[in-house]
Amino acid sequence: MKAMLTSFVSGIVFALGLGISGMTRPVKVIGFLDFFGAWDASLACVMLGAIAVYFVAWRWSRKMPSPLLAPDFALPKRSDVDAKLILGAALFGAGWGLGGFCPGPALTSLASGALPVFIFVIAMGIGMYLYTWVTALSPTSSGLAIPSTGSTQDA
Amino acid sequence: MHNFTPLASLLGGILIGLSASAMLLLDGRIAGISGILGGVLKPVKGDTLWRICFLSGLLAGGLLLKILLPGAFDFGIIRPFPLLAIAGLLVGFGTRLGSGCTSGHGVCGISRLSPRALVATATFIFAGALAVYLVNHLLSSSL
Repeated sequence: MKAMLTSFVSGIVFALGLGISGMTRPVKVIGFLDFFGAWDASLACVMLGAIAVYFVAWRWSRKMPSPLLAPDFALPKRSDVDAKLILGAALFGAGWGLGGFCPGPALTSLASGALPVFIFVIAMGIGMYLYTWVTALSPTSSGLAIPSTGSTQDA
Repeated sequence: MHNFTPLASLLGGILIGLSASAMLLLDGRIAGISGILGGVLKPVKGDTLWRICFLSGLLAGGLLLKILLPGAFDFGIIRPFPLLAIAGLLVGFGTRLGSGCTSGHGVCGISRLSPRALVATATFIFAGALAVYLVNHLLSSSL
């Protein structure tokens, strides 16, 4: 049960980090991606801060036999770069640049009650279902098969 | 760069890093938002509750922001609804196909020096820049 509390509190801290950093504001996200306009480098600082902390945590975790509140680490094991990864990242990036939201900030921004955020999040959910539907249509295509647990996913 | 907010963004990034670190060291999980949400939309028995707890935390954090830092929802740019809907579809489909988003690949994966995450992050930043260039500099007169 403690692991559930960790998840909840981590979610709160994650949302606060997104809000304080400016990632919940499409103007900051689009400003970062606008390399040919008035470029706003703030998002690079968000990544720098997050990666600096997580890099240390990652190194530390490798010396631990198991996480403190769970029996095992459920971490991605793949290291091969395939077409799925690149095409998926390209589609995601295009949507990120078009809308100015990625999944974390969009979900956090639901709390604002603003209609545009709900439209984005509903469309995002439909997009996720579409992926599941497309992969269900081609069950023999192992390249598109969804792993049954989270451990083989990157995120 | 009159909008540059290095200190607030660094501080926010550190909080994101701390949250993701807690998920790793305590629960042994990757804090990748698209993966966490995807696992709720396509639930696997015994692997769903922690996801709902994390997503509830995100919403609770959002409500705290609304009270303590309402400027966090000063969006600045809101695209027209059809464009937002297309953007949402692309983000939803793309993050599942590419197994991750800004948090899973961009933060957790890069910190682990994962080749997949490095390639994915370079790709989505490039694609995002291309989309912004199209909308802001080529089509801006028609929006």
